[in-house]
Amino acid sequence: MGERILEVRNLCTSFFTHEGEVKAVNDVSFHIDEQEIVAFVGESGCGKTVTQLSLLQIVPAPPGKITGGEVFFKGRDLLQHKPNSPEMRSVRGAGIAMIFQEPMTSLNPVFTVGHQLTDIIMLHRKVGHKEAWEMGIEALRSVEIPEPEVRMRNYPFELSGGMRQRVMIAMAVYCNPDIIIADEPTTALDVTTQAQVLELLVSLVKQHRKSLIIVTHNLGVVTRYVDRIYVMYAGRIIESGSTEEIMTKPRHPYTIGLLNSVPKIEKERSEKLIPIKGAPPWLIDMDPRCTFLPRCSYACEVCETKEFPKLRRLGESDHFIACHRDIAGSITGSTTGRLDSAGRHDLGGEAHG
Amino acid sequence: MAETVRENPLLKVEQLKMYFPLTKGLLSKTYSWVKAVDGISFEIYPNETFGLVGESGCGKSTTGKCAIRVLQPTEGRVVYKGRDIAGLSKSMLKPYRRELQLIFQDPYGSLNPRQSVFSILKEAVVLDRERHTAVEANERVDELLTLVGLDPDMKSRYPHEMSGGQRQRLGIARALACNPKLVVCDEPVSALDVSIQAQIVNLFRELQAKLGLTYLFIAHDLAVVRHMADRIAIMYLGKIVEVIDSDHIFREALHPYTVALLSALPTTDYYQERKRSRIILEGEVPSPVNKPAGCAFHPRCKYATETCRQVSPGLRNVGRNHCVACHNVAV
Amino acid sequence: MVHDAAVAKHNRLSKRHSGLREKCHTFFKRGILTKISSALVIIFILIAIFCPYLTPYTPYEQSLRNKLKPWSKEHWLGTDNLGRDVLTRVLYGARISIVTGVLSSLWAAVVGAALGLTAGYSRGFLGSFLMRLTDAHLSIPPLILVMVLAPIFGRTILGISIVIGISAIPSYVRMVYGQVLSLRENDYVTAASVIGQSNFKILLKHLLPNCIPVVIVMFTSNVSTAITIEANLAYIGIGIRPPTPAWGVMISEGYNYLVSYPHLAIAPGIMLMLLIISLNVVGDGIRDVIDPRLRGKL
Repeated sequence: MGERILEVRNLCTSFFTHEGEVKAVNDVSFHIDEQEIVAFVGESGCGKTVTQLSLLQIVPAPPGKITGGEVFFKGRDLLQHKPNSPEMRSVRGAGIAMIFQEPMTSLNPVFTVGHQLTDIIMLHRKVGHKEAWEMGIEALRSVEIPEPEVRMRNYPFELSGGMRQRVMIAMAVYCNPDIIIADEPTTALDVTTQAQVLELLVSLVKQHRKSLIIVTHNLGVVTRYVDRIYVMYAGRIIESGSTEEIMTKPRHPYTIGLLNSVPKIEKERSEKLIPIKGAPPWLIDMDPRCTFLPRCSYACEVCETKEFPKLRRLGESDHFIACHRDIAGSITGSTTGRLDSAGRHDLGGEAHG
Repeated sequence: MAETVRENPLLKVEQLKMYFPLTKGLLSKTYSWVKAVDGISFEIYPNETFGLVGESGCGKSTTGKCAIRVLQPTEGRVVYKGRDIAGLSKSMLKPYRRELQLIFQDPYGSLNPRQSVFSILKEAVVLDRERHTAVEANERVDELLTLVGLDPDMKSRYPHEMSGGQRQRLGIARALACNPKLVVCDEPVSALDVSIQAQIVNLFRELQAKLGLTYLFIAHDLAVVRHMADRIAIMYLGKIVEVIDSDHIFREALHPYTVALLSALPTTDYYQERKRSRIILEGEVPSPVNKPAGCAFHPRCKYATETCRQVSPGLRNVGRNHCVACHNVAV
Repeated sequence: MVHDAAVAKHNRLSKRHSGLREKCHTFFKRGILTKISSALVIIFILIAIFCPYLTPYTPYEQSLRNKLKPWSKEHWLGTDNLGRDVLTRVLYGARISIVTGVLSSLWAAVVGAALGLTAGYSRGFLGSFLMRLTDAHLSIPPLILVMVLAPIFGRTILGISIVIGISAIPSYVRMVYGQVLSLRENDYVTAASVIGQSNFKILLKHLLPNCIPVVIVMFTSNVSTAITIEANLAYIGIGIRPPTPAWGVMISEGYNYLVSYPHLAIAPGIMLMLLIISLNVVGDGIRDVIDPRLRGKL
């Protein structure tokens, strides 16, 4: 991995509603290196999206407000700048680009794809309209859209969901940012299209030597492509580490619970899923103790009495957990590095890349 | 499972077709049809879970709604308890209506925001043929809430005061209030968070064991369907392309589309996932208005031959309750 | 669009407890104008109820000896051309305006909502027949319609209210019809029919309650329109008959003396203006509280 490109320390973002302060992002610290792919995993409302919006200072305000922390992007603290300052605007798109979940609403319905693409290219690349148009076609070709010349003159509604998400990817990549943040980039798409779009996004990011942050609720999506994972729960990072560590040896009860809740296609279906009991907590007037306590099946006396545990390193590894206990979790049904005897189709077949 | 003669199916769908007209102009002239469901057949046996998988727009929801006559199919037969209910009028349908229930995808839209939990359930309970006294109805509501794992004290709440998982449980309780035989679950967990999904999936299985329910389980997530269903039908553009026992789907799927779906399915098994190669399908699902001639899947299929481009394959039995609609599969 | 996720989340959070107190909070948070307007509307309503106790005169009491007097201790706003006390007439005018406004809107709302529900739920022939009828109705300018109908129903408060109500019905029908069309696509309507509920019960239990917010919002904006129409009719002499102290009548009578005795027309004019502006502001506020999505639609 290359140099550290983004370092976030103690980021806090709250929404101020008349019922009280909703601590959507609560003391979150993380970093991403050059050419690294990291994922933020968590359920809806856990703060994973708001964390990313806070980096770019595009949290809707009011009611949202970044209440503290530092965001060092290439060594500069972005939170020193006002949301609408020229510095921030130059970071958005050209420094950190964002791809959203719903490709329909992220494109303006009244302009053609070409119009929007050239606008953005002209803004960031300082080229004339004609060149920008050519670059737009090139951009669409690079995201494997057939007949890019025709597609440039299409309106967003004339494209399918997968196609629109490709256009968004083209826009993001062509701004030549250092980091691309993809917020649930494939959630709105069908399974087969999901696979296409993800493969494309990851290969483009690798080809251009960028860093990528994938925000998702789908643990399956991250397994294949991601170097490191941050697991978020109730506004906090509760576990982080390399994908291999997290997916094979999770240590936080929540992560273990999540992995056990997913039905696994390779497994006997007679087995029951092991769900996490209860529901995520309400983010107003939070219990100072561990946020996962009411749902945790490993909770002990320490958890009942002590405050929310700080994120701590496990041994010498890059594996961090925010848990008083240290449980060696068992996840059901994972293979242990060996290959299953392959089925008739190459599902478990040849090694990949 | 060997080829056995089974008992009579609870529901038998034959050559079901559902076309929606596309109209234009002042006189609403029909210029084309959306062939959402285009001639499909399947049986559901008592006490089993039949899964229906496919991508959005493949007609799986429409099929589910036609099967329990929420929609009236354009053509075809829906035989329930030996009677074709496809063309019955609302009053003729009445004896069967409450036995065929539906559970919705959206736990927010499926509950009237102005009704309390109690009112929602009571409405379903008192429509029973036997009259209930207020006390009986009250008891039944409590019983239903407990059955789906909700606290009876929640009765006075409104839907907006509940979480997604609780709302989905309430939706299930409403369906159960009718003492159903067949429940169509239309993407019942896809709107929920992962940890909640597992709770609801387990609830479905408990209820089936407890009440002897039969499910038609519709979802786009093959992993969830495989976990729930005994047999799975895979749909593509309004047709069933493969029916297979779900224990065998992982190793014995034959149709190229099923295989691609399986391969595209993200898994959480780190070592397996990093090693396997994926089959990335080219292109996208064509529109159901303008279906390709021949096999609907041929433009995306790498095995497509001239026959595939011209002749639409029928569903053929290849043994062990396994049917495939593909020219390239030898019987 | 950038903020969708976060905004949706915020909405979800803040929707959790939406009580009357919260609604009042949103209402008065809109600013000083809303507060003043609410106060004015309340004052006007109080005047309408208690006007007999507010002045020693009746609005019909003539005294030709005291005609066209300027303001004095006995007559704060002077007297008109028949020697009637202007202040008394202005206060009684509030009663007539508010009664006609509310009465006409109320009956238009009831009839319109009923027709809209029927049309929306039955669709088919009945539905399109009702909607075409509504379209035809809408193509007639309301003032002309009212001018034709006014003599038929009589130029009393009740008659005029009925007439104005008729002119307002189509807008309710359309609004409720549209609402029903979108509501009936909701899963809970399907669910109700799947559990065997009858169509009529679905209409009553699931569609009507969810239409009511829209009807209330329309009603509040409609009252001020109805008052304006009533004043218009009275002014051009086909509305409520003189000597009833309707503001329109008074403006019309005072118009003849506009140069020498301007207060005769201006006093009711200002009252009319104040009432309508404050009703509109309050109506907007209620709309924002009940359903912010309707902003710009009504």
